[in-house]
Amino acid sequence: MNTSTATTVDNGPTSTPLRGKRILVAKPGLDGHDIGAKVVALALRNAGAEVIYTGLRKSPQQIARVAVDEGVDAVGLSILSGSHLELVRQVVECLGAEDAADIAVFVGGTVPHEDHADLEALGVRGIYTSDQPLAEVIAALAAALA
Amino acid sequence: MSSPTPKPRLGTHTMAGLEVPLRAGPELVDPDRIGEPGTMPFTRGIFADGYQGRLWTIRQYSGFGTAEDTNARYRFLLDQGQTGLSVALDLPTQCGYDPVDPMARPEVGKVGVSLSNLAEMEILFDGIDLGAISTSFTINGTAAIIYAMYLATADKLGVPREKLTGTIQNDILKEYVARGTWIFPVRPSMRLIADTILYANEATPRFNPISIAGAHVRDAGATAIEEMAYTLANGLAYVDELQRRGGDVARFARRLSFFFYVHQDFFEEVAKFRAGRRLWAKLLNERYGVTDEKALMFRFGVVCGGSSLVAPQPLNNIVRVTVETMAAVFGGAQSIFTCAYDEAFQIPTETSAEIALRTQQILAYESGIGRSVDALGGSYVVEHLTNQMEDGITEVMREIDDYGGVEKAIEDGWLQMRIAERALERKQKVDRGDTVIVGQNFFARDDGERGVGETFHVDPNAAARVVEKYERIRDTRDAVAAERTLAALGRAAANDDENLMPYLVDCCHAYVTVGEMVERMKAQWGEFQEPVRL
Repeated sequence: MNTSTATTVDNGPTSTPLRGKRILVAKPGLDGHDIGAKVVALALRNAGAEVIYTGLRKSPQQIARVAVDEGVDAVGLSILSGSHLELVRQVVECLGAEDAADIAVFVGGTVPHEDHADLEALGVRGIYTSDQPLAEVIAALAAALA
Repeated sequence: MSSPTPKPRLGTHTMAGLEVPLRAGPELVDPDRIGEPGTMPFTRGIFADGYQGRLWTIRQYSGFGTAEDTNARYRFLLDQGQTGLSVALDLPTQCGYDPVDPMARPEVGKVGVSLSNLAEMEILFDGIDLGAISTSFTINGTAAIIYAMYLATADKLGVPREKLTGTIQNDILKEYVARGTWIFPVRPSMRLIADTILYANEATPRFNPISIAGAHVRDAGATAIEEMAYTLANGLAYVDELQRRGGDVARFARRLSFFFYVHQDFFEEVAKFRAGRRLWAKLLNERYGVTDEKALMFRFGVVCGGSSLVAPQPLNNIVRVTVETMAAVFGGAQSIFTCAYDEAFQIPTETSAEIALRTQQILAYESGIGRSVDALGGSYVVEHLTNQMEDGITEVMREIDDYGGVEKAIEDGWLQMRIAERALERKQKVDRGDTVIVGQNFFARDDGERGVGETFHVDPNAAARVVEKYERIRDTRDAVAAERTLAALGRAAANDDENLMPYLVDCCHAYVTVGEMVERMKAQWGEFQEPVRL
C-alpha cells in the first residue's frame, strides 16, 4: 500500500512527548474527509512520533496489515461518515486476527457522545473531536502509550 | 476545557491575512473597477435588478437512508416553501460501489441517500414535478452516471428533457484535493466531465452540468483567497479541456456555475465573491476572447455553515449561519444553502432543518437586505478588500501556473500538501486563541454543553432495505438489455472520440447499477493513485 512519512512543520514550542512511538493514522472506508487525519498526523510527528499515514479508502484488513507490518504502537482511525461503530469493530477484529490486539486503537472525527461507551467497549483507548486542542490530544496519547 | 488567553481581540487582519484599514476613505476606491450591476466588470453582480428580478434559490442539502426516507423529507421541505432540491448521496453512490460491496456496506445510507439504480431515483422523486423544480446533486466521481439517471427518470415520468433545471457538481479536480470521492485518473475524469457538459448543452440547455467548487478546499483549510484562486484555476482547466474536445467557449461558458463556503469573516466573504466575479469575467474575456456578457457571468451557490459550525453550545450556530447568509446576500449569491445548527455532529433533525430554512426566509422577506442591488457597493472597506482580494487571488493562481498547472499540482500531491499545512496553521491559531470561537476557545462553559436534546438517527434497517431492493432489481431486470448496454459503454469508454453520455443513459434505462457502470469504466481507465504526501 502507498503510505507516506512526513516533512516537519513548525508546531510552536518544541516538546516531543511521543518520541520513540510509531503511530499509524488511517482512513477506513469511503469517507474522503482527510484533513483532520493529516493535521493530527503532522501534529503527532511534531510531537516526536514516527507517523505513517495510509491515505484514503482503506479496508479494515489493509489497515490491520499495515499496522502489523510497520510494528506500530497505536492506530488512529479518522471517521467522519457516521460509520464509526461498524468500521472500528472491523478494524479491532482484524487486529485480533493478526494477533495484534495489543496495538492501541484511537478514534477521531465526528463521533456523537452517545457512541463513546460502545467504542470504549470495543477497546478504543481514546476518542477525539476537532474542537479539542492538539496539545490535549497529544498529552492524552502520550499518557495512554506511556 | 480552559480558554487559552483570558481576553479575545478584535484583530486587524481578515482570516486570510488581509489588513483591514482602521479608517477607510474614498482614496481606497476606484470607480472604474466597480462599474454598474449587470454588466462588465460585474463587481456589483450579474443582474441589473439584483434580487428584485429573482430571489436567490433557497436550497437545503438533504438526503439519508433509503429513497423512500429522503422523498418524505423533500416533500416536507417543499411544503415549507423551499424552492429547490439538493440531493445528498451516500458514499457508496458517490464512490461508485454497489450497496452489497464489502467496502460499501458500513456506509450505505449514512451521509446521504443510496441511489444504486434508476428504480431508486424513481422512488426519490415520486410525486415531485421535475419540470417545475430545480434539483442539485452533490455528485462528482459518478456525476455523469447520476445525470444520466436523472435524464432517464425524466424520460420515464414524461418530463421533456429541455424543461429540466438544476445542477450536478461534477467537479473532479477539487475531489482529488479535498473531498476524496475520486474514482478514475485525472485524464479520463476530465474527459467524462467535458462529455457531460457538451452533452448537457444540447440535451438540457437550462441545466448546469458543472458547479466548480471551492467550498471543500476551503473547509479543508484553504483561506478565502486560496478558495477562490483554486476554483478559478480549476475552472480554466475545464475550459481548456472543453475547447480541446471541440466545445465553443462562448456557448458552454454560459452554463458553468460555481460553489463556495461562507465563513465568519463578514467583509472578507463579501469581498471574495465580488472579486471572484470580476476576475472570472476578466479571465474569460482576456484569455479566450469571450465578449458575450451572458457567458461572462459568474453564477454561484454557497453553503453557510460547514466547518465554521462547532459542537460546543450548538445553538450559537444559528447566529453564525445568519451572519454568513448575510455575507452571501451582499456577495450576490444565486443560491444559498444554510446548514442546520446541529450539522457539526449529525444529520439535521426536522426541527433544526426548518430553522435553517426559516433563517433564509427571514433575511429575504423580513430584513430587506436584498432590496437594493449590491447594497455594500461603494463602501470604502468593502471596495478596498475586494481589490486586495482580487490581487491575492491572482497571485495564488500565478503560483499554480508556475508549478505547472492544476493537473500536475494535484497528481504530485503538491496542492493537497499546501492545504494540509494550511489546515494545521488554522488549527494552531484556534488553539493559541488567535482565532476566536465563542463557546469553544473563549467563553466556554465548564459543563461543556454539547447536546441539543433531540438527536437524529438514520433508520438502522435502511441498509438492509436498500440491499433487498438492489437484489430484487438485479433479479427482475432484463438481463440481456443490461449486458448489451454495459458492453456498449465499455466499447465507448475505449474510444476517446465518443461522448459517453448516451451510453450511460441507455445503461440507466436498462437498470444497470452504478457499481456495474463504474467497474466497466475502471476496466478501461484504471483508478486514481492517490499521492500520499505529508
